[in-house]
Amino acid sequence: MSEKPRLIYFNGRGRMESVRWLLAAARVEFEEIFLDTREQYVKLIKDGSLMFQQVPLVEIDGMKMVQTRAILSYIAGKYNLYGKDLKERAFIDMYVEGITDLMHMILMFPFSPPEAKEKNLALITERATHRYFPVFEKALKQHGQDFLVGNQVSWADIQLMEVILAVEEKTPAVLLAFPQLQAFKTRMSNMPAIKKFLQPGSPRKPPPDDHYVSTVLKVLAEE
Amino acid sequence: MSASERGWGGRRRQALISVLSWPPAQRKERTGNRNAEIMAGKPKLHYTNGRGKMESIRWLLAAAGVEFEEEFIETKEDLEKLRNDGSLLFQQVPMVEIDGMKMVQTRAILSYIAAKHNLYGKDLKERAWIDMYVEGTTDLMGMIMYLPFQPAEAKEKNLALIIERATARYFPAYEKVLKDHGHDYLVGNKLSWADIHLLEAILMAEECKPDILSAFPLLQAFKGRISNIPTIKKFLQPGSQRKPPADEKFIAHVKKIFNM
Repeated sequence: MSEKPRLIYFNGRGRMESVRWLLAAARVEFEEIFLDTREQYVKLIKDGSLMFQQVPLVEIDGMKMVQTRAILSYIAGKYNLYGKDLKERAFIDMYVEGITDLMHMILMFPFSPPEAKEKNLALITERATHRYFPVFEKALKQHGQDFLVGNQVSWADIQLMEVILAVEEKTPAVLLAFPQLQAFKTRMSNMPAIKKFLQPGSPRKPPPDDHYVSTVLKVLAEE
Repeated sequence: MSASERGWGGRRRQALISVLSWPPAQRKERTGNRNAEIMAGKPKLHYTNGRGKMESIRWLLAAAGVEFEEEFIETKEDLEKLRNDGSLLFQQVPMVEIDGMKMVQTRAILSYIAAKHNLYGKDLKERAWIDMYVEGTTDLMGMIMYLPFQPAEAKEKNLALIIERATARYFPAYEKVLKDHGHDYLVGNKLSWADIHLLEAILMAEECKPDILSAFPLLQAFKGRISNIPTIKKFLQPGSQRKPPADEKFIAHVKKIFNM
């Protein structure tokens, strides 16, 4: 019954990285197929594998799932990372949506024109420090628990960990004013599955470089 | 504990008394939901007086037969007040007060409403399909929603892209789903959030190009069926809380409020 999930995407972070994080945190082994050529992508479309002609694509439990959020929700639900009831799910969803908005800015950054890069980087840092991180700092402070929702690890914690590291890559001192988040980051880093994911040799992908950007543009023919 | 201590004074008590005076058949039909509504209070929507990101929420609540209140943001000061009150988790609207929460983030709000009102499938897999379909219609409606905010010189090109995406990417996907299983609804042979969202997207796309469904016979039939569901039919009639498409005056008004 349990074949490994199979991830089809470019050989880089992009929108698939959150899926890699979540599967890794849930201790689910997965396979990956990397899109290097336009021919592979066109074939996927012709085969009818891509419901909206887009990747990420995750083959899981007999489904060819597309749309990152749908994929993540399914994995979270399946592996008990989605809270214990509707209200906990609501809070997890709210937090994840906020984090996704911040993550989206980081995701799109390598594709922004050179003249806009400085402004976009400043905006990422501004949003992280004034809009998003304060919310999670406050949540952790108010309930004093180790995890964002319901005193147990959830999709929201894993997504928050991912975005903290991603912002730190751009602004190393970004957590200076957030002691709760610093402690959170340490705790999360020490969870065995996440610790393993953060080590060399894991499926975690490096930050996007020029080669990644040009591959994506070539495959999607969005020159 | 007396009735008033339990919070049954005044308005709630009056409402319950009036319901109890109805003929038994009607009373039975109404008290089930009514009591829950009286206890929980109606959801309250905070947004501008227009479609935007809140419109999908209005659709879903209406389709579920849930009455709701709206408080419109008319000025920058209204928005600032919500922010300063700490009511907006990420300083953004939509915000919906529901079941004791101040919910933000459109998708989170819609997921909560769908699950609460049995519009989210019967299990994890049905939920997965509903999620996938809804993400598609969200992408399409997002393009249409942002069209008035694009620079004037890009409007024609963007409108062409919307029509291309609708007819070559999104509608074919949903047409195929309906064709493959032959059911009336997208998922699980039962009305779900995905159907309501698709109808909304179809109507919005038709506002861009009235004959946009010409190559999609199953979607045409789908549109007719879903529009005739009593709660949705009511929402589509004048006088409902459905909002009209944004005109230039309203766009200018929104831009001012949000510093766009």
